[in-house]
Amino acid sequence: MTAHTGFSPKETPWVCGQCDIPLVLTPVDVGYMGNAFPVELWKCPNCGLVFVPEELALGKMLEVEKQLEDK
Amino acid sequence: MDQKELRELEAQCLQECAPTCTATCPVHVDVKTMLAETARGDFSAALKTYRKAVPFPGIISRLCDQPCQGGCLRMDSGGAIAIRDLERACVRLGEITHEKVRPLPKRKGHVAIIGGGVSGLSAAYELTRKGYAVTIFETGGALGGSLWQIDRDFLPAEVITEDLKIMDTLGIDVRLNTPISDVLELRREHEAVYLAVGAQTEEYFDLQRDEYGFIKTDPVTFETSVAGIFAGGGLRWGKEMHSSITSISEGRRAAISIDRHLQHVSLTAARGNEGPYQSCLFTNTDKIEPQPITPESDGWLYSRADAVQEAQRCLQCECMECVKACEYLKHYERYPRRYVREIYNNLAIVKGTRYANTFINSCSLCGLCGEICPEDLDMGAVNLAARQAMVKQKRMPASAFDFALRDMAFSNSDHFSFARNRPGTTSSDFVLFPGCQLCASSPQHVESAYDYLNTKLIDANVGLMFGCCGAPAKWAGEIELFNQTLARWRANLQTMGNPTVVLPCSSCYQTFKTALPEVQIISLWELYDRYGLPETTAPAVKRTIAIHDPCSARRERSVQDSVRHLAEQLGCTIEELPHSREKTVCCSYGGHMWLANPEVAGKTVRRRVDESPADYLTYCAMCRDFFANQGKRSLHILDLIYGEPGDDSAARPNPGWSQRNENRMRLKRKVLQTIWGEAMDGSQPYEAIRLIVADEVRARLEGRLILTEDIQRVLEYAERTKRRLRSPKTGHFLAYYKPTTVTYWVEYEPQADGFYIFNAYSHRMDVPGSQPPTSGGAS
Ligand code: SF4
Ligand code: SF4
Ligand code: SF4
Ligand SMILES: [Zn+2]
Repeated sequence: MTAHTGFSPKETPWVCGQCDIPLVLTPVDVGYMGNAFPVELWKCPNCGLVFVPEELALGKMLEVEKQLEDK
Repeated sequence: MDQKELRELEAQCLQECAPTCTATCPVHVDVKTMLAETARGDFSAALKTYRKAVPFPGIISRLCDQPCQGGCLRMDSGGAIAIRDLERACVRLGEITHEKVRPLPKRKGHVAIIGGGVSGLSAAYELTRKGYAVTIFETGGALGGSLWQIDRDFLPAEVITEDLKIMDTLGIDVRLNTPISDVLELRREHEAVYLAVGAQTEEYFDLQRDEYGFIKTDPVTFETSVAGIFAGGGLRWGKEMHSSITSISEGRRAAISIDRHLQHVSLTAARGNEGPYQSCLFTNTDKIEPQPITPESDGWLYSRADAVQEAQRCLQCECMECVKACEYLKHYERYPRRYVREIYNNLAIVKGTRYANTFINSCSLCGLCGEICPEDLDMGAVNLAARQAMVKQKRMPASAFDFALRDMAFSNSDHFSFARNRPGTTSSDFVLFPGCQLCASSPQHVESAYDYLNTKLIDANVGLMFGCCGAPAKWAGEIELFNQTLARWRANLQTMGNPTVVLPCSSCYQTFKTALPEVQIISLWELYDRYGLPETTAPAVKRTIAIHDPCSARRERSVQDSVRHLAEQLGCTIEELPHSREKTVCCSYGGHMWLANPEVAGKTVRRRVDESPADYLTYCAMCRDFFANQGKRSLHILDLIYGEPGDDSAARPNPGWSQRNENRMRLKRKVLQTIWGEAMDGSQPYEAIRLIVADEVRARLEGRLILTEDIQRVLEYAERTKRRLRSPKTGHFLAYYKPTTVTYWVEYEPQADGFYIFNAYSHRMDVPGSQPPTSGGAS
């Protein structure tokens, strides 16, 4: 499966505060209720911290959560 | 819910019952629809509706004796609707859209009909459309029978001819000038006979007669004493009565019998309501403005405009009583009969989307509908049972009531919950259980109330017990959690020597009353009423207030009275809201409506606060705070009892979710310290983290249901592990952490005196890094 694109903005103001290196747009799995979704998130290539933008959390993610909960 | 329960619930809702006009009409013209179509000037649609039930519209709209009018609910407010005259207007003003009459495939069976009047013709019409061969035997020289004897001014020949044209299209074998005297002989030659010769029945003595000399017929099947010979119309009632519409009805019903006879199935099964019957519909006519009947301007003809005006007088009878009273039921644009089926379907789905989840979870469970419904259908009870079923099926959406259940868990944790006998005693006669929300909203009043009880119940030992009664678990359908919570109160009370529980909160009151019936309870308001206001109460200030009864106090007449009595002593002139006492409405906290459906909750609470411009007085902390959220000036009865002169408690805002928890915690700490001399220990490291939050951010977090505690936990984790993002541009940090089920994101900046919070948001989906890495470990 290819990652859903468009989940993350093209640029990010955030860097990893722990490793002090830039984040890289990376395919990662996000999951809910036993379902996994491949998406692209900004991620620290060293420690794995990710960035979920507010718009994503309150928009698409919330929508998918509700859909899965009603299945 | 099983099929049987579903049927019973559906049957309880009367909304789909036919109005009296349709029920009384022998052929059940859909009068309401026809008049709605007329009212909007669509005469062709109205005519089509009329013709569905009446095959000869020109004739019948002149002759009908309109029994439908007898029960018209317009009767007492201007006069019954001129239904037949409007039907005639439709025939004149509407265009007939000739749909093709599509007979079913030919069926075996040849039916003889004796008599070509409207009854015989109706039977012939029905039977040919069902595919049977039909022969009509008519004595006279034309179809129509006695129609030809009617005054031509009243029923012009063209009208008869025009209406009867339809018979030509059906391929019926018509034998004019053919009198039949031997009906038995005819029966031998045909599979069935319908005898419809009108009032003259001198012949046919082969058929049994009743004591009045009429041919004996079964009132439901119209079968005579001879199997396969049916009779109906005027011959059953004689010359005194004339009702062409009844003739048609009987012809049609005889045709149903004949069809069954030819198919060898029961003639009698399931034949209710074929003729006129009593309508089961309830329609509220309380507030109907009288409007006089529109006269026919031109003799007995309605002009277009007049017809429209007259049709607009129709009340469009329906029930919808509960829907009118409940914003939630209104929001989903249907009514309980439909809703219960949707709920049933939702519960029955094994695979696929359950579209009614949010519907089921949005009800406030307030019970108002059950009070209003003429059949006592309580959608609250239906929705509660559905939620319980969803939980049992493990299909309750995880996010649905999560926040409320966590709120309850907090209240029943050591942060807030405890039980103590009065210092120096080992058992209690009374115990004050203030519930979770009063302590969250007005902690100082709880201290005062406890003090009051100790002063007034001088010979009794009064204990104190904090916690949440469990109602939130019940509302969420979590029976197990509810029962665990009850077991805890049961155990506590037993240890305290089974005291009488004193309850300010109506929801706690209902919980104890219904789920712990063995426990003695009394409302705090009844105690205040009985023992009098505290001496400390400030002198009464004259004011007018409107009383809002909490929905959980709907049935508690004596509690309602106590509060009113107290309010009067406190200087209040009481205004009763349009919906009060047993008809009171929910503030939208009940059943977690506010959480499951903010849109419906908003409509619900706004409708309530708009009922009166007066300040509201209530006796539930949550009702008060929810009204305050709407900017409505509202008082809790304790605000009046313990208010200081000059206080404007009615303007007090809702403290907000975070502050509510804080208030609970502090209250426990304070009473334990001041009354029992105990120190509260065991606070978590994160609780010490100080947040600096601007008002605007605080309001956003409140709306997102993100608590101070949630943010403190993220910060504690991020600062300890240094797992956080950083913006080189602003220097802000962004950290995320998932303490249990929800991942919280916090954008912040450490400052000398705490952490400055810019923003926070949350999601439930799992993303990498939201918890400490399993290997490597964060110390
Ligand atoms: S009140 Fe509501 S549930 Fe009851 S009969 Fe009327 S529409 Fe149906
Ligand atoms: S008011 Fe209208 S719907 Fe009601 S009984 Fe009369 S005609 Fe029928
Ligand atoms: S919100 Fe109240 S009145 Fe409306 S359906 Fe639910 S229980 Fe009935
Ligand atoms: Zn890193």
